[in-house]
Amino acid sequence: MVSFVIDGKNVQAEGGAMLLNVARQNGIVIPTLCAHDTVARSGACRLCVVEVTKGKRTRIVTSCLYPVDEGIVVSTKTERVMNVRSLVMQLLMARCPESQLLKDMAKEMGIEPQPSFRVETDKGKCILCRLCVKTCEDVVGVSAIGLSRRGKDKIVGPPFMEDSVTCVGCGACAYVCPTDHIVMESTDGRRKIWGRAFRMKACDTCGRYFAPVDQLKWISKKTGTPLSELSVCLSCK
Amino acid sequence: MSTIKTLEDLNKAAKRGLESIIPSKTKIMVGMSTSGLASGAQEVYDALAAEIKKRKLDVVLCKTSAMGMDCIEPLVEVIQPNRPRLAYSRMTAKKVPEVINQVAKGVVDGFKPTYRMDEEDYLCLNEKKPYFKGPLPNDVKDIPTISNVDFYKKQVKIATRNCGMINFESIDEYVAKGGYFSLYKALTQMKPEQIIDEIIASGLRGRGGGGFPAGVKWQTCRRAHGDIKYVLCNGDEGDPGAYMDRSVMEGDPHSIIEGMIIGAFAIGATDGFIYVRNEYPLAVANLQRALDQARAYGFLGNNIFNSGFNFDIKIGKGAGAFVCGESTALMTSLEGKAGEPRAKYIHTVEYGLWNRPSNLNNVETWANVPAIISRGAKWFSSIGCKNNSGTKVFSLVGKVNNIGLVEVPMGIPLKDIIYEIGGGIPGGKKFKAVQTGGPSGGCIPKSLEDISVDFDALWEAGSMMGSGGMIVMDETTCMVDIARYFIDFLEFESCGKCVPCREGVMRMNEILHDICGGKGRPGDIELLESMSKGIVDGALCALGSTAPNPVLSTLKYFRDEYTAHVRDKKCPAGVCKALIRFSVSDEKCTGCGVCLKKCPTECISGEKKKTHVIDQTECIKCGVCKESCKFDAIIVE
Ligand SMILES: Cc1cc2nc3c(=O)[nH]c(=O)nc-3n(C[C@H](O)[C@H](O)[C@H](O)COP(=O)(O)O)c2cc1C
Ligand code: SF4
Ligand code: SF4
Ligand code: FES
Repeated sequence: MVSFVIDGKNVQAEGGAMLLNVARQNGIVIPTLCAHDTVARSGACRLCVVEVTKGKRTRIVTSCLYPVDEGIVVSTKTERVMNVRSLVMQLLMARCPESQLLKDMAKEMGIEPQPSFRVETDKGKCILCRLCVKTCEDVVGVSAIGLSRRGKDKIVGPPFMEDSVTCVGCGACAYVCPTDHIVMESTDGRRKIWGRAFRMKACDTCGRYFAPVDQLKWISKKTGTPLSELSVCLSCK
Repeated sequence: MSTIKTLEDLNKAAKRGLESIIPSKTKIMVGMSTSGLASGAQEVYDALAAEIKKRKLDVVLCKTSAMGMDCIEPLVEVIQPNRPRLAYSRMTAKKVPEVINQVAKGVVDGFKPTYRMDEEDYLCLNEKKPYFKGPLPNDVKDIPTISNVDFYKKQVKIATRNCGMINFESIDEYVAKGGYFSLYKALTQMKPEQIIDEIIASGLRGRGGGGFPAGVKWQTCRRAHGDIKYVLCNGDEGDPGAYMDRSVMEGDPHSIIEGMIIGAFAIGATDGFIYVRNEYPLAVANLQRALDQARAYGFLGNNIFNSGFNFDIKIGKGAGAFVCGESTALMTSLEGKAGEPRAKYIHTVEYGLWNRPSNLNNVETWANVPAIISRGAKWFSSIGCKNNSGTKVFSLVGKVNNIGLVEVPMGIPLKDIIYEIGGGIPGGKKFKAVQTGGPSGGCIPKSLEDISVDFDALWEAGSMMGSGGMIVMDETTCMVDIARYFIDFLEFESCGKCVPCREGVMRMNEILHDICGGKGRPGDIELLESMSKGIVDGALCALGSTAPNPVLSTLKYFRDEYTAHVRDKKCPAGVCKALIRFSVSDEKCTGCGVCLKKCPTECISGEKKKTHVIDQTECIKCGVCKESCKFDAIIVE
């Protein structure tokens, strides 16, 4: 266990625990956009920054990736911290003007859009938080989507932006996407995502479409469960 | 080639090397580094080979790399028994017969060498060997020695000690210069801790930009847990216009390899990697040859010098992204993944390449190591200034007469580099500023030209040492335009992982484009400043956190130029096209009509001997009229 100070409060935590988690356990609110419990953290959004003093050195760190240590002094709402957070929010609002999530968060944080930033029209609502990519890779295990290109041209999607061959249509990416950028449409036995259409399996018991056939095949292959045992939906099991 | 296990073996190789450095017959060397080749060295080499064959001369023709003075390449050097070494500059195939004539006769007459060398420094042996005994031959008396050439006068060569001096294809020549004797000493006479202490005591700081004490890094890596550890060499060199590391990799690859083996022994590493960009094919080829030679001699592999120490090095090639020079991105790239940085709250000396303790140093840092082991920490720290031991290699480019690679002692006044080594500003123009530290460095204005060139002073002035880029600017440079140029580069090179850098640098670039394009708004300067703060604090890696530097440093010293652009819609240096206007001075115009003929849009009119007029609606502000007017009658405002 290590002891340290966060916003003037003495706290204790397991050494090496992530500062963001410890802060939240202690009731301190830190906004985040790219940290999610199910996947490894990347540090892409920079919204979770806080100020940490360790010995003589004070610096801004991302709390989602910073392991706590004995004797550190953490301030989560200094002017420097707020300046970074408001810049990040303003930059993202200019990138994704349509995003309701960003608007709501900015309102709560008291941040206005920066009028000098030109508003983008071609980025949709994607903030490049990578949650979809990491979920597809680490949780689903198919790596059907990824990041391509560099810098301001970076985009997320299937390789070469063609229809993904490995996608199983599970929709985990759409589910985890914080801004609802990923469009998934389901109509009578068909689901469309990333430009591909998937045939849905109807539950043998209730007849409701519950999962794409490709996904069931993937689960069967990965877990060794015969496909026949995957023909009923969760509620009918 | 048999393996070298003992000092006796090593001495034999050195003897062979010395015979090829100063042979008993005539030797002609051509500078064949990338810079030499770009100026036509291959043609010169071929012409020399043909001429030698035609005249059936008994001459050794070989390749060397560059000594640094690019502006006089292609360089051909001649060593003849008992004569000083002569350097013929700006060689062409046409001049070859004349040089060969002189070689055949053994006297200089006609086409003059640029400088001569009477002796050669064997730094790692602490020895100088003369090229001739007895009196200086009469015919070369009025050729200046290299130490009298302005470009070389104040230089001190440690890291580039062998560049341009030896044949980079010969390991024996490297050994003759004292190479691999330091390795022998380190492996057979020193304990790893002793080596680390020596490097710490020398005060050697990382030459890749950060200036972190190398010995301290080695020590942390030695103490880190793990059986498998790596030593890495950063040869990514992504700064536009910089080629210090390329020159060492091309011209003296063994100095890096020897440094790395010594470092690996001190740290307890098992494997090494040299990361080089694909755009450096000659560096890759020369390093590969050198690694093969070192392996054949047993300097790499198992039981090196019978010490029981095993180590080997591989080359990792990068795709040439600037961000891959950043330590964590370099390691991810070596692992075969997209080169993106990651958070460094746990240091790479503990969790680096494949999560194992990894010690990364720059090319130049490694190249210094054998010299320190051979000559000692005390010698090394006697060169340079306080807390900045040794030398630094810079690539001196831009508006300066002598362009090239220079190695100077730390702490040298900036003005010495610009006016003495660099020979001042061409065309009688005034010196305005110098950009140091690469794209994310900063500008040092003329008012600070006395500044000591060292890590700390440059940092205090709002710039940095970086890896050694030095771009000189004269009065015709617009500082807002310069900031825009670098921010443009950084926007392009941002990996795009984190928001402040990907989006923030792009927005700063938009604002700078607007300002240069005459569309600056009140409040833009303040917005640039507050964004800079947010990006410095918020970016994930040092590419982003230093990206605002070009703006911050030009704002610090040239704020009035920004104000002129934004408020008065004027570009004081006359560079930003949207903000300038060309007109003809009534007083100076003689009506000669030259500009009228040269203007590409034919928008200048006027009768002979009467003041000409520029049609502002058609003028594209190309500046051709100003260049062509002999009477300085074109006004730019
Ligand atoms: C964007 C970026 C690019 C860099 N490029 C290089 C490079 O090309 N060569 C280099 O040696 N160091 C480069 N560095 C510095 C390295 O991260 C690292 O500090 C250095 O290689 C360590 O070696 P040293 O201590 O010997 O300098 C770069 C850093 C950043 C942030
Ligand atoms: S699509 Fe959604 S989850 Fe994926 S990177 Fe963009 S914002 Fe994040
Ligand atoms: S600061 Fe720039 S280069 Fe570094 S991780 Fe962020 S986006 Fe990539
Ligand atoms: S939540 Fe920490 S960087 Fe995004």
